[in-house]
Formats: sequence, C-alpha cells, structure tokens
Amino acid sequence: MSLDPSYLVYERRRRGMDHDLYPWSNLFTRKPLAWDGGVTVAVPIVVSLEWFPILPTDTPFRAAGHMQTAYPDYRHYTAREYGTRVGFYRLLDAFAAVDARVTVAVNAAIAERYPSIVRDIVAAGHEIAAHSTDMNGTIATGIDESDERDLIARALDTLEAATGSRPRGWLSIARSQSWSTPGLLADAGLGYMLDWVNDELPYWMTTSAGPVLNVPLNHELSDRQIVTVQQQSADSYRQQVEDACTWLVDEATRFGARMLPLHLTPYIMGLPYRIGALEDLLRTLREKPKVTFLTAGEIARQTAAQLPRP
Amino acid sequence: MREGEADPGLYDFRPYRNRTPIRWPGGKSVAVWVSPNLEFYEIDPPANPHRKSWAKPHPDVVGYGHRDHANRVGHWRMADVMTRHGFPGSVSLSVALCQHVPEVVEDANVRGWEFFSHGIYNTRYSYGMDEAQERAIIEDSIRTVREATGQTIRGWLAPALTHTPRTLDLIAEYGLTYTCDLYHDDQPAPVHVKSNRLISMPYSLEVNDHYGFFVYNMSPRDYADALIRQYDRLAAEGETSGTVMCIPLHSYLIGQPHRIGAFEEVLRHIAADGRAWITRSGDIADHFLRHDYDAVAADAARVAENAR
Repeated sequence: MSLDPSYLVYERRRRGMDHDLYPWSNLFTRKPLAWDGGVTVAVPIVVSLEWFPILPTDTPFRAAGHMQTAYPDYRHYTAREYGTRVGFYRLLDAFAAVDARVTVAVNAAIAERYPSIVRDIVAAGHEIAAHSTDMNGTIATGIDESDERDLIARALDTLEAATGSRPRGWLSIARSQSWSTPGLLADAGLGYMLDWVNDELPYWMTTSAGPVLNVPLNHELSDRQIVTVQQQSADSYRQQVEDACTWLVDEATRFGARMLPLHLTPYIMGLPYRIGALEDLLRTLREKPKVTFLTAGEIARQTAAQLPRP
Repeated sequence: MREGEADPGLYDFRPYRNRTPIRWPGGKSVAVWVSPNLEFYEIDPPANPHRKSWAKPHPDVVGYGHRDHANRVGHWRMADVMTRHGFPGSVSLSVALCQHVPEVVEDANVRGWEFFSHGIYNTRYSYGMDEAQERAIIEDSIRTVREATGQTIRGWLAPALTHTPRTLDLIAEYGLTYTCDLYHDDQPAPVHVKSNRLISMPYSLEVNDHYGFFVYNMSPRDYADALIRQYDRLAAEGETSGTVMCIPLHSYLIGQPHRIGAFEEVLRHIAADGRAWITRSGDIADHFLRHDYDAVAADAARVAENAR
C-alpha cells in the first residue's frame, strides 16, 4: 500500500497562509483598535431571522435547523415559525429593555412574507443585514458562480425594496462560503461580512473585486452552538458569556478594544424558559462600565475608519 | 506491532496494583505536563483515500477559520496563562507551522517549551503510506524542528492520530523515545519495538479539550472541574507510585474568551497543590528511561510469570 506521491508534496508550504484571502496577524501585537467614547468591549448582537420552506433543498447542503422528517414536516416548519412570530418579539422586547441596537440578519423571504416584522425592526432602530434569500439559499463550492451572484443580488434587492436602504452587511447561512463568495460580496457593494470566525476583531479580506471587512461573529458563543449543539442550559449560556466578558474587559485594559459577539436565534433563545436567562445576561452586560451594545454595522464603520483598506 | 494479529502486541499487561513504584523528582506524586497542539490545517488539502479532512466542500469556512483562530488569537492567550502559572508546554507540532507562522513556534521556544512531532499538517494523514513515505515525514519532522528551534524531537503524536502498523518501530529507529498515541495507562511503560527503547507517554483523549467540549459537550466550568478531579485523583494515587497527568489542549478551544478563565483556575489549583512535578513530556521520558524502564520491564516479566 502506498499513497500517490503528490500526497507528500506541499505546494503551499510557505511563510504565511496557504491562501490569499488575508495575511496572518497576531491579535495581541497588531495596532490596537479603539471604540468611540472610551468603550472597551463592544457587544454586537446578531439575530438570524430565517424562513424555512417546508420543501427543503440539499444543494449545496441543507441548512442547520431545516426540515428533518418525511414530508410534511409540520414539527420543524412550525417550530421555526414560532421563533419568527413569538420568540423574535421576546428578543425585541429584551433588547428594548436594555436600550440595545442590534443587527438582524434577515432572509429576504421574511421581508416578502412578513413586511411588518421588517418595519418593527427598523422602527426600533436596529440594523438589517442580508442573510440570503431563504433557508434553501445555502452557498458552498459547487454552486454555480452566476447563481451565487444572483442569490446575493436578490437578497439585497428584496431587503432594499422593503426597507428603503441597501444592507451593508452579509451573513451566509451556516457561515458557509464558496471560493467566490468574498469577491462576490465585495462586488455587490457590501461593506462587511460576518462569516469568518478566525479572529476576535474585524479585519480586511482582499478579493479581486476589492476589499471586504470581516466582522467575526464567534460561532462558539452562539446560542445554537452552546444550547442546541452542546446541549447546555440557558443559564450555562449566560454564565459562559459573562465569563467571556470578564476576560475581555481585563484584556482590553492591556491590548485595546475587544468584541463580544452574541449570535442569537429566535426559535432557540426566544423560548419562554430560556428568554429570562438572556434578559438577565443583557442587564448584566449593560451594567458593566465601558461595555456597550453596538450593531455589527457600527463596529464595521468604526473599524474601517481606523484600519487602512488594503 | 504484530500486524494482522488480534493482539497487536504493543506492550505487556500489568495490572494497576503491586507495581514497582515509580518515584518522581523531589518526591512529587504526579508528573503534570500540558500539551498544546500547535497546528496548521490546510484550507484545500489533497484527499487521503482513507480519511476525509473537512466536513464541507473547501473552503470549510467555520472548520478552517475556527482552527486558524489558534495562530491569530488562541495561542497567545493560552500561552500567557500557562507562563503566568509556571507551566511549560510540550508541543504537539504540525511541523509546517515552522514555515507558515514561525512567530508561534518561536514564541513557544522562547518560553522553554518542548516540541514533538504531530506530522507535517493536521490535514495530511499517515493512513496508506508506504515505508519510504512514512520515513519521509519522520525525517522532515526531525529536520524541520531542528532548523526552526534547535531542538531534536523525542516524541511523536501521529498526525490527526493516523497510524500505520510500522509507525512505532520507525520512530524508535530514528531515536525518538516516546509515543503519545497509546492510552492504556496512567504511567509510562515500555512499548515493544524492533530497535532501541520506546515508551508510552500517558497523553489523554478523555481530558483532551476537544473531547471535553465536543465529545462530552462540557461547559467551560465543567471541563475545568473534570481536570481538577483528574488531577486530585492522580496526585493521591501517585503517593504509592508516581502517575502522569497530561492536559492536551487546542488553543482555538481553550483559548476562547468564555473558556480561558475557568482553565486558569485549574492551573492555579495544580500549581498551589504542591504534589505536582510540573514538567515536560521529554523530561518525564528521560527520567523514566533512566530510573524506571528496567524495573518496569522486569515487573512485566514477573506478572507474565505469575500468570502462568
């Protein structure tokens, strides 16, 4: 038995990354960032607001949270809709209680189907980011580039028509991209994306269509990861985020601005028995000095003013 | 190993009682070594016919990005905490990291950490290699680490834990003295190899942070509690005969902001306890080879004789 000789050839074994999307950089030695007003830890809250067709597609892959049983999967279709009609409004109230402006990553289908939700989001001062068309709108290598370009354009056009302004930010379903995605997002005029989790502060990614800022939305600290995947309680989620905040507040005194991103899902954290833990968490974060809720777009804006575009 | 046999014949059976005592330096009861995996994963690796690398089509943005967090963020946070509490690292190294991010390797070297090989990349697997190919990655490992750090590797943890039947014989032939790939004991033990002396160094999958967080789904505080219980038990049992506790880490996991604080409490607990020989894997191996190897081998012969 033997492997093909090419398996022991390392063509990209070289200084730096094994791709050209971004250069290596050390969070602790790069030029520090500073948030406006002396804020040390910015807390961007990103809510994924999703619509799952009861007819799922698997091209290129089936999104997490999608239909699971034989057709018709009432249980998952309706449980996701519960998040949209009920859970999301609990979240909106929780944000209002602590005067937080958040970013809602919205499937375009939500704007088409439920325009009043979009009006409620905008009226509360929250930011809308684009989050594909619906939960069949997944992206990965293998998708035709023109289809991907079209999917991005449809998501942006629909949200712009519904809100009157074109979203500046993008979140891919499951953060999944093809090789083309960063370039297509830059080409579509988007200012930032939320997909890459390799850092704890925003950084520029370079593409053939120009730069696009990545604002890392820590997937490990998401309600999906902690509660749904790792099966921990809402109280444990609250504890973990508070521990993270304590650590980052301390780190910020020595190394400059930090980010504590919270990625929330209405049908996960918006349940009656979980929402209280989130409300407690938000109150705790609000009471910490120099810790402030900022939208992802605001973080991108403040970062872009400090980090030279490549 | 005895290839093709039901019992691979890796080591002798010795029950965990009436063993020849192992004594660690300074009368310590448990040798504690922390093993950061300093890795590089390729974004677009070639396919190995025996194991898939990424779960998704390339680029697997979350899979790759999560691991890339280690070299940008996690390592520095984790290493700082380890140094603060007096714990050196024994590094399981993807040796190509010496080319890609020499800053991380140099930082570990300056901190007095030891390096052993974890293959070229954690996305290149040994399954299916012929002997010449396997010799090539061992020789590459020895050469690359020596050029980057001045150190000569003494240990091996197979890349992504992928082995061939000849791996242990080969690393022993090249003069390596310990393997971290065998999980049969809480003490070092001789491994049967064709030449030279090779020992099994207790590593741990069970308290590996990857297992803690993604197999057992522990919260950060629960994982810290597991480590403290593991330590307390091994320190108590080591009064009879010295034990080994390894804490295998991946900085993209333990170096996350919600986990590092709880982990720091573990290091504080162990450092304050007084029973721990806080050291490096190679130092444990050297001590065992010098003081205990022959006695433990004789012990094994005695057990085998009594079993007749």
